[in-house]
Amino acid sequence: MSEMSTGLTATLILLAIALFVHEPWRWIGIFIGNRIDVQSPWFQWVRSVATALVAGLVMRLILFPAGALAGLGLGVRGLAMASGIAAYFLLGRTLAVGVGTGALVLVVAQSLFG
Amino acid sequence: MIPADDYEPPRPETDDAAEWRGLSRSAVFRRGLAVALTVPGLILAASSAGFGALSRDAGFSLFNSVFMMAAFFALPAQVVMVDQMARGASLSAGALVVTLTGIRLLPMCVVLMPYLKGPRATRLGFLLAGHFIAVTAWMEGWRRLPHLPAEHRLDHFLGIGTGLLGSTLIGTAFGYELAGVVPPLVSAVLLFLTPVYFLLSLIAAAAALSDRYAIVAGVVLGPPIYLLVPGFDLLLTGLIGGTIAHFAARHREARP
Repeated sequence: MSEMSTGLTATLILLAIALFVHEPWRWIGIFIGNRIDVQSPWFQWVRSVATALVAGLVMRLILFPAGALAGLGLGVRGLAMASGIAAYFLLGRTLAVGVGTGALVLVVAQSLFG
Repeated sequence: MIPADDYEPPRPETDDAAEWRGLSRSAVFRRGLAVALTVPGLILAASSAGFGALSRDAGFSLFNSVFMMAAFFALPAQVVMVDQMARGASLSAGALVVTLTGIRLLPMCVVLMPYLKGPRATRLGFLLAGHFIAVTAWMEGWRRLPHLPAEHRLDHFLGIGTGLLGSTLIGTAFGYELAGVVPPLVSAVLLFLTPVYFLLSLIAAAAALSDRYAIVAGVVLGPPIYLLVPGFDLLLTGLIGGTIAHFAARHREARP
């Protein structure tokens, strides 16, 4: 498969995978979402499933990261995440402040303890 | 913690809707495009740069890296795709993991769809909107659309999606070209921005008690489930955590 990573063959493979095994989930979701009664317990349940799923993704990205983030210690990553959440709640619930604080703490903590 | 009033997704219009009155469809679309220049848009562009660098490492051409970004428009699917190809996995194994990461888009599309329905909705509009549903665009739609008059929601979301798609394509190309030039700490910060933004957005958008329970359930259950069944972890975390949160919130709210 790796020898096909360049060129038109790879483009066609990527297109086929995107169109036939990835995009259909979106189509099914739209189909269901178009018909579901938003007051029904089913809709409320799907909403909770989507929320828990994204929260799980967050933990995976922090605890089991890929690439350069994996080079930083777990303590540094955890501290930065906790600082971002704390800054969000303590400093006026602004998204940019929380994200910015988290990034800043990551850099400082890595420079001090890394 | 005080339980929120029972949440109804297409909320009645708020006062914010007044400022959208009388805007043309293209003005509404352009306001959506501008979301690409806000913090979430910039974070997504930075994450895309991380993907561009990863894709280059795996031996993909610049064109195919950018094409993958446009065709999937979902970073987790792209990352596993690149990872599988780099490890020389078979095409069917690659397709299987990609489809597993795609399942998570289903509930996200279901819950955003009621916002997109409106007098100007068309089937093509829905399909396009669906393609833009990945975490960032979903999050921004979730936060912003309730404040718009119903007739503007689809146009605005298409603007959000188009703007974010543009910034991811530019980000991917940048990351591809700059790979290896930036120090590892900078790359690490870029990769760190995404989860922090996701979590804070979930917290910001949590309106009902079940939302808050679902966040906690996902955070607690995600790691052990990942260790037990990697590959199926997101789906299982969503199903188990979401179900627990749903019934716990109903139980709690049913009490006097």
